[in-house]
Amino acid sequence: MAIKMKKKSTSTDMTAMCDVAFLLLTFFILTATAKVPEVMPVDTPASTVQTKLPEKDLATLTVGNGKVFFDVKGKDVRKRTLELMSNKYGVKFSDDDQNKFASMESFGVPIQSLKQVLDAKPSERKNIIQPGIPKDSLDNQLAEWIQNARLANIELQDKELEIAIKGDAKEEYPVIKRVMDILQDQKINNFSLVTGLRGKEK
Amino acid sequence: MAELNTGDGGGKKGSGKVRSKKSNSKVDLTAMVDLAFLLITFFMLTTTLSKPQSMNLGLPDKDPDKDKNIDVKVDENRTMTILLGDNNKLVRYVGLLATPVAGGAPKDFAYGSDGIRKELLSRKEAVLQYTGNKDKGMIVIIKPSKKSNYRNLVDILDEMAIVNVPTYAIVNDFTPEETKLLGESASAEKTAPAAVPNP
Repeated sequence: MAIKMKKKSTSTDMTAMCDVAFLLLTFFILTATAKVPEVMPVDTPASTVQTKLPEKDLATLTVGNGKVFFDVKGKDVRKRTLELMSNKYGVKFSDDDQNKFASMESFGVPIQSLKQVLDAKPSERKNIIQPGIPKDSLDNQLAEWIQNARLANIELQDKELEIAIKGDAKEEYPVIKRVMDILQDQKINNFSLVTGLRGKEK
Repeated sequence: MAELNTGDGGGKKGSGKVRSKKSNSKVDLTAMVDLAFLLITFFMLTTTLSKPQSMNLGLPDKDPDKDKNIDVKVDENRTMTILLGDNNKLVRYVGLLATPVAGGAPKDFAYGSDGIRKELLSRKEAVLQYTGNKDKGMIVIIKPSKKSNYRNLVDILDEMAIVNVPTYAIVNDFTPEETKLLGESASAEKTAPAAVPNP
């Protein structure tokens, strides 16, 4: 009589693992934010310093080709900033415009022509030539934007706004210096420079 | 795939009864789990890696009243001045330009580990030996010229962070001699100094 070995199943129960995997997957998908294409893509210089930028309370000044673009994080802060700016320059924006502005990324137009950009569809905004925010001493709108964004942020978040400069690697130093001077005129002496990642050289 | 068929396939034949075939109630989840983990990995990496890196820069107070800007006298043996020119040109001198300390005459350097970093490291050691005080380290003065670009500035600030220079400053003053060193047209820029001590 032959002794029969009991055959064991080689399959493991994957149900629990599958559950966990999909739970995590759902979490990561939901927390991920879609990346909106940048209006002005810049090539940031690399550095070995690895400090992450904060997610909130941040204004980014993108500098490239001598033009400066402005961006503030947070929808309510953006709205309030636009409100303050429209009061200052006497340019009216409807509620619809304000909502569009809140969900927009960085922009680089004088406030007088901001409405044109807001009226365009998000997909068409890239085609509008944005001349950058005026930053010369006669019409220093950039300083006003920064000032008002700081005010709005303190009002709503009760926190000082942090400023990051995202410059193009090929940008000439005088333009960067001009932006830094504008910041320093407002007594912002501490800010971040956005850089790319570079591995440690040995 | 990962399962062997253990059930009796054939059964006895010819028993006369018509049996419905038992279908396996287990679904093979291997492929699904594979896919799920692949996507998890993707989303995890993209959420954390997409955050931009940044470098902190602190500038000192700039008082509009120039009389209040106190000039700080520093030992010239501790200072190294780095001039940034166009086309990634970099000139450094130690001490005063007219009377540089030994081995500190104006010289061209390249960016990166073989160029300026070696020099910075050796000079840092020398300064520490000279002062004999840990709190009195090297002072680096960075002078970006009008034609230097932003990459140069970030590169040199990065070197400061790598070498761990205790004090460094960005100064926009250019003397005619310094402009000559960089071989640029003599359009010396005279602006208020914007010094940057490392916090």
